[in-house]
Amino acid sequence: MSTPLLIAVLLLLTAAAFEFGRRRALQVAGSEFRTLHSLPRYYGSFTALWCALPALVLLGAWLAFEDKIITNLVITDLPASYQSLSEPELNLIINDLRNHLSGNVVSRELSPDMQVAAAHYGNLRATSEAALTVLFLSVAMLGMGLAWRKIAPDFWARNRVEAIVKVLLIICSTLAIFITIGIVLSVLFESIRFFQTVSIFDFLFGLEWSPQTAIREDQVGSSGAFGAVPLFAGTLLISVIAMLVAAPIGLTSAIYLSEYSHPRFRATAKPLLEILAGIPTVVYGFFAALTVAPLIRDVGNNFGLEVSSESALAAGLVMGIMIIPFVSSISDDVINAVPQSLRDGSLALGSTQSEMIRKVVLPAALPGIVGGMLLAISRAIGETMIVVMAAGLAANLTANPLEAVTTVTVQIVTLLVGDQEFDSPKTLAAFALGLMLFLVTLALNVIALYVVRKYREQYE
Amino acid sequence: MTMTTADKIQANLNKRYAAERRFRSYGLVSVAIGLAALLFLFLSIIGKGYTAFQQTYVKLDVQFDAAIIDPQRTRDPQTLARADYGKLIKKTMRERFPDVKNRRDKRKLYKLISPGAVYMIQDMVRNDPRLIGTTQTVWVPADDDVDMLIKGYINRDEPESARRLKDKEIAWIDSLAATSSLEKRFNKTFFTAGDSREPELAGIWGAVVGSFYTLVVTLVLSFPIGVATAVYLEEFAPTNRWTDLIEVNINNLAAVPSIVFGLLGLSVFLNFMALPRSAPLVGGLVLSLMTLPTVIIASRASLQSVPPSIREGALGMGASQMQMVAHHVLPLAMPGMLTGTIIGMARALGESAPLLMIGMVAFIVNVPEGPLDPSTVLPVQIYLWADTPERAFVERTSAATLVLLAFLVVMNGAAVWLRKRFEQRW
Repeated sequence: MSTPLLIAVLLLLTAAAFEFGRRRALQVAGSEFRTLHSLPRYYGSFTALWCALPALVLLGAWLAFEDKIITNLVITDLPASYQSLSEPELNLIINDLRNHLSGNVVSRELSPDMQVAAAHYGNLRATSEAALTVLFLSVAMLGMGLAWRKIAPDFWARNRVEAIVKVLLIICSTLAIFITIGIVLSVLFESIRFFQTVSIFDFLFGLEWSPQTAIREDQVGSSGAFGAVPLFAGTLLISVIAMLVAAPIGLTSAIYLSEYSHPRFRATAKPLLEILAGIPTVVYGFFAALTVAPLIRDVGNNFGLEVSSESALAAGLVMGIMIIPFVSSISDDVINAVPQSLRDGSLALGSTQSEMIRKVVLPAALPGIVGGMLLAISRAIGETMIVVMAAGLAANLTANPLEAVTTVTVQIVTLLVGDQEFDSPKTLAAFALGLMLFLVTLALNVIALYVVRKYREQYE
Repeated sequence: MTMTTADKIQANLNKRYAAERRFRSYGLVSVAIGLAALLFLFLSIIGKGYTAFQQTYVKLDVQFDAAIIDPQRTRDPQTLARADYGKLIKKTMRERFPDVKNRRDKRKLYKLISPGAVYMIQDMVRNDPRLIGTTQTVWVPADDDVDMLIKGYINRDEPESARRLKDKEIAWIDSLAATSSLEKRFNKTFFTAGDSREPELAGIWGAVVGSFYTLVVTLVLSFPIGVATAVYLEEFAPTNRWTDLIEVNINNLAAVPSIVFGLLGLSVFLNFMALPRSAPLVGGLVLSLMTLPTVIIASRASLQSVPPSIREGALGMGASQMQMVAHHVLPLAMPGMLTGTIIGMARALGESAPLLMIGMVAFIVNVPEGPLDPSTVLPVQIYLWADTPERAFVERTSAATLVLLAFLVVMNGAAVWLRKRFEQRW
């Protein structure tokens, strides 16, 4: 049976198990209904959980390892001439076999040897599926039977069910940690492989980035330089432009909306500004590439300036607009957290409202604002679609906002989209860049969250 | 003349009041800039995109010549499927413009009609073979260049060499227009078709369906897991190092750049677990990892807003802790959790960067039929079209953006409605 069908059958079995368990509880209690420790439905749930959970664990484990084991078995049974092949070549053969089995187009005619291997592969798959079906159903039935036998009036079914549910809740909550570990491991492993071919110092401090590796040995410029400094510089340039736009506008509008504006104006303007945060980044990218960049180029040309049509200024400007609501809502929170007594004291001493804000509220809110800005910077560094669509591809080391620069995220996308071979340093470089991106944003976030939390405690 | 203290104070006060007014106006200007940017963004997209909802059609009097379609008169579906319907259209065009003799000109003439017209005629005949031998008036989609000219995006005053349409072609189009054989109609194709290399045949339906499957996977995974995590952390977890670690992790994951989740998806789901590339299943997995922190944080806030008296009441009546949560706290917190989940889903719907990593950028014509079929999603479709040079794709990109924004407005509107409808002040 296929996996969806198995799950459907399991659902039916689980429903049946619930009913069996409930009936069994009523039956063992007989007329003395009150002697049951828990409500009958808890006996039902207990049976149902024992039916479903072990079977699901089995299914998950089977699906995770089935493919690897079958592939290994097929490879060991290949004729001796194939055993000496390198790993990529073997992968190619396995792919051919798979395509052959699913009836797709195969890259070349299968030799008789391969026909045998394909048949073998098909057999193994069929066996595996049959074995899974039998095992899966028997585990489900066995679980149900064991639980069913345990049901007795003095069996604490509710406590057992609650304990199981609690374990499930704990497992769900640890997922966040596993995701983080998954991210770290996946980028770290590939990065280590990358740093085995390219020295980490060349990567961090090299001034030249041209990841195109040669197809032929004697090709000109075939070295493939992986110096990431131009990417870091480009990312920094665009983020600085974005922050120059977002920080003042976001902060002053937050001050205006929280300290000056009429509540009704605030009630309309704030959600409107927050729409900016809800617009997908791909829309900003399209807007930057098609509207803002040509506009900036034309204006620049009118003033006799040479402006690239993929200027850092366009990407940074639009990114800044995107971050405005982010800065303003964090600043708004922080400003509102400043106790009213500080404001009252300042006003009572005769300061005007702006003096009160500048000399009392802002200094008091400063740590929180700085934390918010750090979060905004990390957002800007990790932003992808705007720069992919509006910034350049060539790695220029420049501080001129009118020229095209490229960023870390743009390079990750260009290196990984399209055909890729998983061993070339070109592909692995993307993971090394991803590692850098993850580490930098992680550091910024940790510092920012620490600062914001410390600040909140101060006034609580 | 010396200044009195009162004068000094007055002068100083005027300065301070001026500073006050300036400071205040900075704030107002900032808000105005933000709102103006929003307005400009919307106007520029609407201005570029609204024309894509209409498409130019050409009226052709097609003679369904039996000699071309079915010379043996078998009416065999196989024959009908294989017949050269392009010939019918070419013949119609030749008859419409009898003075075009030159081979190269003829080829240009045929190009005024979209390649999709052939399939239209084919479908007509296969649905109703009785048409063979008759002459029918058919409206077929025009080529995108014709469409652009009719919509006024091709400048007739430009020198001929710089224009996509040459003088001759413009003359033919004008002659078609003069006999009212050209008409702008509602562009149904845009909403029902998958992607295509021809702008007039390209639609967003494939991407919408792909987005739908992706979001379903995301919702099925992130909602239960997110709620379970929030319930554990808020209602059961002791405060210790371990729960602190979980909390720090969740907060950090919320701020990890989305593209990093794409890298995770590429190396874990595609390379390690060997799941199919470009499939909504993998896209949904990646997006659910990304939206999980949003759902958890919103759910926790919602649980926190349920007053402790409810919990104490339930416990006091003899409920176990699990019963207290399941019967009393969760139902009260559910609207807030759903609101947070909808907002998370809206973010997932607009997300494209991590999906580029797992191969959802392929050119896919077919509408996906399940979460394992290769497909793309709406924002990635926008990205793909934004990259194409044809002018006609610019308006389609903008129109697709409008559709995406409409979906987001609906989802966020639902979230706001839910919050207003079920909001409780304790």
